[in-house]
Formats: sequence, C-alpha cells, structure tokens
Amino acid sequence: MAVAIFDYGVGNIFSLRAAFSREGVESLVTADMGSVREADALVLPGVGGFASASSALPKEEIRRLAGEGKPLIGICLGLQLFFEESEEGPGAGLGLFPGKVRRLPPRVKVPHMGWNTVTVRKRDAITDGVADGSWVYYAHSYHPPEVGDGLVATTDYGVEYPALVRRKNVVGLQFHPEKSGAAGRRILRNILKELV
Amino acid sequence: MKGVSFEGLRDAGDPAELAVRYRDEGADEIVFLDITASISSRKPIAGLIRRVASDLDIPFTIGGGVAGAEDAKSILDNGADKISLNTAAIENPSLVTELSDLYGAQCVVVAIDAKRSASGVYEVFGRSGTSGTGMDAAAWAARAERLGAGELLVTSIDRDGTKAGYDLRLLKETTGRVNVPVIASGGCGRPEHFLEAFREGGCDAALAASVFHYGELTISEVKEYLSARGVLVRR
Repeated sequence: MAVAIFDYGVGNIFSLRAAFSREGVESLVTADMGSVREADALVLPGVGGFASASSALPKEEIRRLAGEGKPLIGICLGLQLFFEESEEGPGAGLGLFPGKVRRLPPRVKVPHMGWNTVTVRKRDAITDGVADGSWVYYAHSYHPPEVGDGLVATTDYGVEYPALVRRKNVVGLQFHPEKSGAAGRRILRNILKELV
Repeated sequence: MKGVSFEGLRDAGDPAELAVRYRDEGADEIVFLDITASISSRKPIAGLIRRVASDLDIPFTIGGGVAGAEDAKSILDNGADKISLNTAAIENPSLVTELSDLYGAQCVVVAIDAKRSASGVYEVFGRSGTSGTGMDAAAWAARAERLGAGELLVTSIDRDGTKAGYDLRLLKETTGRVNVPVIASGGCGRPEHFLEAFREGGCDAALAASVFHYGELTISEVKEYLSARGVLVRR
C-alpha cells in the first residue's frame, strides 16, 4: 500500500510519513498528479497556509479523483482545503464541503495548541474502538465550519467545530493523528483499513 | 539531559529511548533541551531528532544551540514539532518573528531562564544561566509574545534541580502578562508542585525532568493526583 502526500512546497511532513510507515504504509511526497493517480490514496497534509496551499493544488483534478472514489485524507489545513474558502487568506478550497473556514474566537488562546477531547457524533468505521472523549493533539488557528451529514466527531475550543468528517471516500481530521498517541494510531489505522 | 541549577550535569540515559518510555507512561509532550549547547557552540543533532520523530507519536520540542533560521529548518524538517529559542531570542529577537512568520507561532517556543535578584526582581539570563541581560522576566515574556512566540517555557534558575517547587511568583508575574501558553519549569519535586503551577502560577503545562529521570515520581501518579483534584488531564 502506498499513499501520496501532496507537496504544497512548504513544511515538515516527516512525522506524518513516520506514522504511515509505522502502519506498514509507504508514502511519497509529490505534487505530480500522475504519481497521485497511481497511489492508493491522496493525503493533503497539515502544513503551511491556506492561500499558498490553495494555489499549489490542482483543484479540478483532485475533485475529479475524489468523485471517482479515490481515497482522500485531509489533515488539519488539508481538511480546511475541503471547504470553499477560508478567513486565513485568499484562494479557493476544493469545495467538497460547503462553507468558509473560520478563525478561532478571540476568547480562547490562538493557536489552539495541545491536547483536547473529541465527542463522537456519529458511529462510523473510522471511529471504531475510539472512546467518546478520547484525547487528540491540535495545532491550528482556524476551524472548519459546520458540516451536515458528514460530521463524525466534534471538539470544543471556544466554539464547537468538526474534528472528524467523512463522506464516503473523503475523510478529514482537524487534529494531527500522527501526534495523537494511541487514539491517533487507532483512527489512522481505521481510516487506512476502511478506505484504502 | 537535565542539570541541577545549571551545574553538575548528569547523563540521564538515551534521549530517544527515554522519550518513548515517557510516552508510554502518559507524557503529553516531550521537551529536549541541550541546555549548555549555546555556550559550547553545539548544534542540535539531526540524527537524534529523526530517530525520535520516527518512534514518537506525541509532540516534541527541540532546544539548545538553535542559532538561526537554518538550525530551525533542520530541526523541523527532521520531524520536531517546535523549536525552543533561548539565547538566540535574547541576542537576536527578530529571529523569533522570522521563524514565527515562516512556520507559524505554534512552532516557536521562547525559553526564559530567570533568576531572582536581592531586590525581588526576576532577571532574564542567557547562555545557560551565565549571562545576565538586565531584562525583567515578565516584560521579556510579553515582548516574546509580541515578537511571535506561540508558547513560553519559564524556568527558575534558583529552583532548578532543588525539588522545592516551581517559583510561583515568577510564573504568576509571567502568566499575568501574556496570552500564550506558559510551561512551568524548574524546581518540581512532588505532585502538588504541578497543581500549584496550574492553580497559583496560572500555567497551562508543567515540565519536570529530574524527578522522572531518576524515578522519584511517575507520570501516571502525577496525573492521578491531579485528576483526583479536579484538574482535567489526558489519561
């Protein structure tokens, strides 16, 4: 099994690759859509800013691949790119989910950096074995807007927002599974088992 | 490595193996500080960082000897989550801003070593606690936040290694001035010291080294203690 981690041209994805490697999954970091098509899944990682990532993404092609059933996994910023736009900066997201990514409210410390709990809202194979209230690790300043039936889990930090979303072959995580200890391992393993 | 009042350093074992052991015992985050790196002109070791990042699935910070943007890039490229700046931030404050703009404030920790003077003022020291700066700790903390630090690691030089408890006044003065997370450091000896750092010091996290390295406390017993007293901890 091999996943393609999309290369926006910035940031550190060593830890994410190490997490896939611990699950016995090869990863390559690429912006070449030929390589992406050959991979078993496409991962949009959580590094960099919305505007620069948006301009690096071949959005039309990724939407098409997702529509054809290619597993698509978005982590942190990667999940935020599933939406139409973001308060963080200009540029369009993929529009796989409607709405605009928002900045975390000023009443809490931003960035939200650290461990927080998730509340499971809908039973799904990707939360199999993950207890309600499990702790996961966050490092972000913006959060996804409400999603309708794609909502799997939420987190509360000044505002309640989606932590885990899924629509068929498209899965997004606002937290970093590669930094979330046992809960992160379990969720990543579930996603790979279910989608890939 | 962990020092006692910055002198008489003892080797506490292989850092990567220790990190995994602490992860398994319930540590929420690991901070690797080579606290004498700047005065010895030592650089953070890329090989060690990669080894840690390959095995560890909780966040970790690397500090000590980070002198410029190249060092920071190497640390993050090798899988660390955060860089801790101490002497470099004092001597070149614009580096904090540069790294914060480049990688995001969440990657940039400013470590502040402070010593209490006879008049009761906390002075910031650089170069492993050997070089006084004349700066007030809380004022430097507030400036570090404005420069772009996403987190502050505040160590009491006086308390470090003493196990007498964190310097709560230092912590309180600092947390009162900033709106980023503050990690208490220096002086932890008992579970109640953690509780004090949160309740009285206003800290978001607390760091301990020697008590864990030398097996005097376990992370799980500390968490149990805190949880029983109403502190929300990850378990």
